[in-house]
Amino acid sequence: MAINWFKYSAPSTFYGLAGKLIPFFVWPAVVLFGIGFYIGFFVAPTDAVQSEAYRIIFIHVPASILSMFIYLIMAGYAALGLIFKTRLSAMMASALAPTGALFAFISLWTGALWGKPMWGAWWVWDARLTSELILLFLYLGFIALQASIEDPRRADRASALLAIVGSVNVPIIYYSVQWWNTLHQGSTIKFSGTSMHIAMQQSMFIMLVACWLYAIAIALSRVRSIILERESNTQWVRELVELKGERV
Amino acid sequence: MPSNPILEVSDLACERGEQRLFEDLSFAISSGELIRVQGENGKGKTTLLRTLCGFVQPVQGSVRWAGRDIHEWDDLFHSQMCYLGHANAIKDELSALENLQIGAGLTGVEVAETVALEALRRMGLRRREHLPVRVLSQGQRRRVALSRLLVGEAKLWILDEPLTALDVGAVELMQELIGEHLSKGGMAIFTTHQLLQVAGVEIRHLVLA
Amino acid sequence: MNRLSLIDLLWLVIRRDMLLAMRRRADVLTTLIFFVMVASLFPLGVGPEADMLRKMAGGVLWVAALLASMLSLPRMFSADHVDGTLEQIMLAPQSLTVMVLGKIVAHWMLSGLPLVLIAPVLGLQFDMSAAAIWTLMLALLLGTPVLSMIGAVGAALTLGLRGGGVLVSLLVLPLTIPVLIFGTGAVEAVNSGLDAVSNLALLGAFLLFALVFSPFVAAQALRISME
Repeated sequence: MAINWFKYSAPSTFYGLAGKLIPFFVWPAVVLFGIGFYIGFFVAPTDAVQSEAYRIIFIHVPASILSMFIYLIMAGYAALGLIFKTRLSAMMASALAPTGALFAFISLWTGALWGKPMWGAWWVWDARLTSELILLFLYLGFIALQASIEDPRRADRASALLAIVGSVNVPIIYYSVQWWNTLHQGSTIKFSGTSMHIAMQQSMFIMLVACWLYAIAIALSRVRSIILERESNTQWVRELVELKGERV
Repeated sequence: MPSNPILEVSDLACERGEQRLFEDLSFAISSGELIRVQGENGKGKTTLLRTLCGFVQPVQGSVRWAGRDIHEWDDLFHSQMCYLGHANAIKDELSALENLQIGAGLTGVEVAETVALEALRRMGLRRREHLPVRVLSQGQRRRVALSRLLVGEAKLWILDEPLTALDVGAVELMQELIGEHLSKGGMAIFTTHQLLQVAGVEIRHLVLA
Repeated sequence: MNRLSLIDLLWLVIRRDMLLAMRRRADVLTTLIFFVMVASLFPLGVGPEADMLRKMAGGVLWVAALLASMLSLPRMFSADHVDGTLEQIMLAPQSLTVMVLGKIVAHWMLSGLPLVLIAPVLGLQFDMSAAAIWTLMLALLLGTPVLSMIGAVGAALTLGLRGGGVLVSLLVLPLTIPVLIFGTGAVEAVNSGLDAVSNLALLGAFLLFALVFSPFVAAQALRISME
């Protein structure tokens, strides 16, 4: 079966497709969040060293992973949009940014909550936390640049360039911070040393998948509103609005 | 490359923001021709001129110089054209002479001092060549900007409101200069809200509606 | 009629920006004064104990230099943008990348180099050792051009935007963190009796990396902003 993928790169057709796809991501996400929470909070055993507080990692770790991946995906979409001038890719990039920033924020927040009982301080200049903070700054820069340019075409292209420059810098920043951290602090608590219980792994994995599904669903629904906003003066959007109007 | 290149515009469409300014615009200009772009404010006159320069990528269609898209060979095209925008592109801190020499230098043209001085005098700036532009009047500044047309060897002039702030004498001088440029095989596209006539040349009108 | 070579053009852009700055010296001086002021505020904020000041000197001076160079960034292209010169520059048949490189070099000579030269005076305020001062100068010499280069991309992206001045710092500061880390790292290494070579070498590597890519990227950013 040959699918014409290019057909779906037009915002008007993608709008419909995205609408149909969203439920396939939302419901599994809800179910998996439920299962993940259950295993994480009731099945997984209490950690010998960190007692109950460790359970926050079931949110913290997936959020951290996603915040980093989403930045790369966002930069990828941005690059596609810049090179091939596909408007939908640029819209996807801007739809992903707030979700990425949210995950970065959650990761910092939960990191702080976990840090208090572990290190006795809300904030520790741990390499990973610091990198995550800088990642949040990068997201905020992307969003701020996009918000302050009125012409959407320039906004897309300028923020795309910024995302690409940022993604080239991410590894440099990450290793700089790591190096800086080892210079200043003797040791940080590492997970890799302690072996994880099988239920912990399961819960973590399920939560990760759930977060992915959530991110995709929310990005799709956000891209739908961006499409409507950008295309508001086209024929098909006007027809769509009239249709909805009649139904109400 | 043909010795008399033509600027061809075909099926051009431009947008500002998400708003379509004009579409299906096709025309050509060749040596000895003069086109005036007309249209109400906001119809995209400046955008059209900027698109012809290559600043703006058109949404549709193409601008071709000597048979090739201007985005493919900027260097040849840009060495044969001269653009004067709304802004004078001159620096208050520099003298008229420095402005002309450095300004031309930035577009890659080296101008000897004697040539520059002659151009400024032709534009009626005698004895003001070494004054900082800061002390000149608006009209005189425009003259400094326009003197750039005299030092290059551009075939195509793209002029956005060249007559702004000019007095009657300077307008006449401009008309004379455009006439000379056309008779030497040059061509020009311009916008203006004032009256501009060139002896012996019929101006073609391009109306953006 | 003569056409200018790329080297001529690079030189012309640098000479022009220097000439303009010399006729409008206030801009250069404000950056420098800002640097001195920020650095002098720290002892007032944290207290005059020589030990502590010596320990934090590298970091404080680097952060101050970072902020000072942000201050002058919005001006890098905006004056030329407003008066139409930038359009003329972009119409030049020569490479825009070379022109941007010229602007970056000029920006560094006017805002980075003065910081390098005045740093020793501030170093004395913080009771730094001679070796530490030398290392700081060397680190600044290698690091401040990187700030101008990364900054050029930010300045080009925010050209003509409302609130562009604050925005450019928001975009650029996170990207300059590696320079800050290794710049202060060099000074700290000397303070703790170690060799600063590896830090300085990394700064040099950043400089080369930025030199290769940033003029091109900033030129692309300018094209985007000028559309």
